[in-house]
Amino acid sequence: MKMTYREAVRQAMHEALAADPRVFLMGEDVGKYGGTYACSKGFLEEFGPERIRDTPLSELGFVGAGIGAALGGLRPIVEVMTVNFSLLALDQIVNTAAALRHMSGGQFSVPLVLRMATGAGRQLAAQHSHSLENWYAHIPGIRVLAPATIGDARGMLGPALADPDPVVIFEHAQLYNLEGELPADWRCDIASAAVRREGTDVSLITYGGSLPKALAAAEQLAAEGIAAEVIDLRVLRPLDTATLAASLRKTHKAVVVDEGWKSGSLAAEVMACIVEQCFFDLDAPVARVCSEEVPIPYAKHMEEAALPQVPKIVAAAKQVIGK
Amino acid sequence: MIAPPPAGPVPWDKGFAQKLLADMLRIRRMEEKCAELYGAQKIRGFLHLYIGEEACAVGAMHALTADDNIVATYREHGHALVRGVSMNAIMAEMFGKSAGCSRGRGGSMHLFDAATRFYGGNAIVGGGLPLAVGFALADKLQGRRAVTACFFGEGAMAEGAFHESMNLAALWQLPVLFCCENNLYAMGTALARSEAQTDLCAKAASYAVPTLKADGMDIVAVHEAMKLAAAHVRDGLGPFFLELQTYRFRAHSMFDPELYRDKAEVEEWKARGPLHTFSARLKAEEKLTEEEFLAFDARANAEVQAAVDFAEAAPWEPVEDLLKDVHTP
Amino acid sequence: MIEFKLPSLGADMDEGKLLEWKVRPGDTVKKGQVVAIVDTSKAAVDVESWSEGTVFELLIEPGETIPVGTVMATLLEAGERPETAQRTPRPAPAPKPAAPTVAPAATARPTPAVAGRRRISPAARKHAEELGVDIETIAGTGPEGAVTLADVEQAAAAAKVSPAKTAAAPDKAAEMRKAIAAAMSRSKREIPHYYLSEPVPMRRATEWLAKANEGRPITSRLLMAVLQLKAVALALRKFPEMNGFFRDGAFQPAASAHIGVAISLRQGGLIAPAIHDVGEKTLEQLMLDLTDLVKRARAGSLRSSEMSDPTITVTNLGEQGVAAVYGVIYPPQVALVGFGRIVEQPWAENGALTVVPVVTASLAADHRVSDGHRGALFLAALRDLLQQPENL
Repeated sequence: MKMTYREAVRQAMHEALAADPRVFLMGEDVGKYGGTYACSKGFLEEFGPERIRDTPLSELGFVGAGIGAALGGLRPIVEVMTVNFSLLALDQIVNTAAALRHMSGGQFSVPLVLRMATGAGRQLAAQHSHSLENWYAHIPGIRVLAPATIGDARGMLGPALADPDPVVIFEHAQLYNLEGELPADWRCDIASAAVRREGTDVSLITYGGSLPKALAAAEQLAAEGIAAEVIDLRVLRPLDTATLAASLRKTHKAVVVDEGWKSGSLAAEVMACIVEQCFFDLDAPVARVCSEEVPIPYAKHMEEAALPQVPKIVAAAKQVIGK
Repeated sequence: MIAPPPAGPVPWDKGFAQKLLADMLRIRRMEEKCAELYGAQKIRGFLHLYIGEEACAVGAMHALTADDNIVATYREHGHALVRGVSMNAIMAEMFGKSAGCSRGRGGSMHLFDAATRFYGGNAIVGGGLPLAVGFALADKLQGRRAVTACFFGEGAMAEGAFHESMNLAALWQLPVLFCCENNLYAMGTALARSEAQTDLCAKAASYAVPTLKADGMDIVAVHEAMKLAAAHVRDGLGPFFLELQTYRFRAHSMFDPELYRDKAEVEEWKARGPLHTFSARLKAEEKLTEEEFLAFDARANAEVQAAVDFAEAAPWEPVEDLLKDVHTP
Repeated sequence: MIEFKLPSLGADMDEGKLLEWKVRPGDTVKKGQVVAIVDTSKAAVDVESWSEGTVFELLIEPGETIPVGTVMATLLEAGERPETAQRTPRPAPAPKPAAPTVAPAATARPTPAVAGRRRISPAARKHAEELGVDIETIAGTGPEGAVTLADVEQAAAAAKVSPAKTAAAPDKAAEMRKAIAAAMSRSKREIPHYYLSEPVPMRRATEWLAKANEGRPITSRLLMAVLQLKAVALALRKFPEMNGFFRDGAFQPAASAHIGVAISLRQGGLIAPAIHDVGEKTLEQLMLDLTDLVKRARAGSLRSSEMSDPTITVTNLGEQGVAAVYGVIYPPQVALVGFGRIVEQPWAENGALTVVPVVTASLAADHRVSDGHRGALFLAALRDLLQQPENL
């Protein structure tokens, strides 16, 4: 069945709401407005205001309330409009949701799902273009997901809700309009990375909004006789390093593509894992294509120059191959 | 406290009254053009229009002096223009050109101008309020009689930043003029659906800050209230909270399906539109003729066209400059 | 004439689907008037006109999805007459909004090589060690002149193939010799070889082969070497400890038998590239593979995988007229099977003496991995397999 990423997210939430009365959705403009990204259109009418709760612009408050509701036996899906605004709620996420299980000696778990849009590419400038997945992936106690395909947009929410611990789901804003076939076997795990394209010459390792770019780069490289393997991390914490290592043992070369800023990026973590686990399989220094280290500018050409782009990925792949 | 309705005729001379009308027209025509240019993809990203709310910025800005600091939101084109940022620089900014007031890096949501003490252009709701407290602290500690005017929407009052800022400003008796433009909707969420206490002045008053409520569709009411508030702050009597009750005629950003409000409600408010009500009032008081109105309108349109031409012709920032201005060189 | 284009209605809108026209040709349109309803992927939105005029043509049908910027309708300006107005062809997709094209910023290059230490990739260093190639003699072609896996594999291949290139690059011959020397020295230094041999009667095989080749054109006739390769591969299934690599202090059995075939080159020299998955292939396929491999080996156009993949080597020096071969194992392999010349010799069978063609099959094996007992059973199995050529 053909559908958009947006529709896949909507169906996933719809299924969860219909299946389990403990599940409810709350966030800014999820109700009357139908969701900033229209992912909850029609929900208010169908499930009512008790379960589809519009919140004031009080991110710290309602994210914290989601944590409390999870502790109290509900299964909240909390939508923080974008990662940019989630910064206002970081305290509750880091100091409470992530820590509670361990610091209570295992007495409490927080079965909370936090969804948020992330990423740049729509000329929304510095304060609305963050890609801070890595900040969350740094925190023990939460699982961090980055569905990059229609299947994952459809399939990841279920296991995320079933997870007894907090799960943060990043939906790249550039993906909502993505249209494609929903695979018949869209049910998936939230533990493993996926090989999205097989290849033998170089591994392009990426996630989220950069996956379509990496696949496009692989296509271009194929035209030049270079077989690139594309790995979609899918789960940013905990990282599935076994899949990375298996790919590196085959290709011996890697380029990590990450929309986060280079210093201290998720790409840096992936590279560190590769060096730790695959050093003797490496045939070239590992390269990365990240965002330039500036607040994301508004002007289109400047924004494009600041972000990972297909030509940069192609160039980096050729560089590690020595072509 | 509610500002007394401006009794009797417009309490201003003809020149001043016409100046404020002309400024409202400049904002309106500029933003109508922006909407058109957005459709044509000359302007991109988010574009939050102020159409319908012009009386607030114009009435408020004309009560301030050049020494005062302005902190605004992402719906700030009108504030920047009336504050004295040139329409050319604003339009070029929205085009993403280096001649823009933020070199094309900020766009619609991030207009900045040091020369007019216009501190932007803040796109995180409530983000400007603590900043305003800091400006006022600096002014107070350095003995300046300046006012920091901080504009924000009623949606920001749900943020912790609002409450923390109010308390700090009141605790330290800082010269901040909190100017809430209450347009009734935080994006798609109506006030009553986001605030238990919908009397915004009552919330502010709980911090022991004096408050005033004014009709934001009436430029006379806005300006007179703003004068009072600014005088209070400038005289060192501490912060002040002013609520301007207004309405945006267009969507939150460029488009939204407007599932959250009736078209009839929008029409009702449009009938109270600040441009035509104020010009009708001036005409009735013989402070304006139709010819003069048309001349102001023509002048505003010409200014807009010139700004568009300027922005079209302006160069793009060279991509080599991408990494500039992250740190002081 | 004014073109009414599908406007961008939000930061995330790329295209829209026309749901409904709110105007018809001939209608007057005012500035700000809603003229159409368009479905972005998020919602149905009223679309207004920014121009005034009279609707001339509607170019898009309700239901059509079009990119932002597509001309949807034309309006006549004041004074324009419909009779004189040009009809508009169906719109082409809108061009992308204008913005300067940008060359990708250069990605960061690694810092230049530090003097005194050559750039050798970890994988190349490891592989060179496995192949017994002296890494210091290999020129690097990778990033920043680094020695890569491919360089090592090429050098290893060149070490055996290079006679063809000798004239052009005389020091290649020395390099090759050096590589062979290193590999063989390492083999004899590290691998405790043991040797076994077994005479194998070949009557049934030769008779079967003659029959199989009857009527075949010369070019597609099978050689005895192919039967021997297949027999080795099948024997290895029962004796996996002969097939694989000894690496990092441990034996890693191979899942399939990739047999390195020792090929003597006309110009001199020897090379042992792999035929992959020998056990799974038919004799005909093996014959094709062998012919191709010999041809390419002699032309110097082998693939690097063919050089690095052999899990065992088979050498047949029968053509050279020797009776038996006791080879040196090619590290990190753990065994080498040799075949000598097929000779007619007296053979006692069922209490009678006859003359049969016989070949000496030999095994050189790594004592760290297998023992002579298993080696003997392996050779016996090989012998028995060659007695049933029809099953090969």
